[in-house]
Amino acid sequence: MIYRRLWGFPNWEARSPFAELERMKRQMDRLMEGFSGTYQRPYAGVFPLINLTEDKNAYYVRAELPGVVAGDLDIQATSNSLSISGERKLPAENKDARWHRREREAGKFSRMVALPSEIDSNKVDASLVNGILTVTVPKAEVTKPRQIAVR
Amino acid sequence: MADSKDIKVREKQEVTTPAEQTTPGMVFTPQVDIFETEKELTLLADIPGVKSEKLNIDLRDNILTITADIDPAEGSGEEDVLIEYETGRFYRQFTLSEVIDQNRIDAKLGDGVLRLTLPKVEKATPRKIAIKAA
Repeated sequence: MIYRRLWGFPNWEARSPFAELERMKRQMDRLMEGFSGTYQRPYAGVFPLINLTEDKNAYYVRAELPGVVAGDLDIQATSNSLSISGERKLPAENKDARWHRREREAGKFSRMVALPSEIDSNKVDASLVNGILTVTVPKAEVTKPRQIAVR
Repeated sequence: MADSKDIKVREKQEVTTPAEQTTPGMVFTPQVDIFETEKELTLLADIPGVKSEKLNIDLRDNILTITADIDPAEGSGEEDVLIEYETGRFYRQFTLSEVIDQNRIDAKLGDGVLRLTLPKVEKATPRKIAIKAA
């Protein structure tokens, strides 16, 4: 019976086991931070880093993309994933300029984000404000929690 | 620099400021480009999520301080699923070796990038000295 409880859990298949592991790892890391003082945040190692949050109706994918123009971004959605790709172009500066520091990077990027449940790919909305990309991904009707009236 | 290269992921650098902040929260170092021409010094800084009214640029005694606060991007009622980056205040300080004309400093903020133009004072701009044949 334990077996059924674990593997027959309604959302288990859809929700990536990695997402769960990441969450646990993050909590562990935060606990460890207090002891060691060093805290390595988990990340996929692919630019851009994303934050994924959810509420009852939608997922919100956010990424920091300073200096990227909306026209250079390409966002595609399937039934349970989102692909964010594009290019960050840094405008050419004066040729006579002598550089003191050059820390900002230009180049192409591409990232795939797997979403924990099915989404309504027709209603995905993206906005880029002050260098922050926010993609609002509505959850598919079937995955939304339904209020059940008790008679 | 080839345009086609891929951007590598870099974690935001957290800073420890000399004096402790009065408000709790994380503080990050923005990535900057600095270049100089004969007339001015230009600084470009990546500060995503900062609105112009929350950006503070201060120049005194050759110390340039950039402080920028952000509003949380998340709406209320949202739960974290996966968090790869943290957000917080941006802070960075530079010592300028050139004498800057304070009145003509120009700052622009667009798409999360600050462009700060610091014109040098007239006497600091090098003058080409023409040598006449005797």
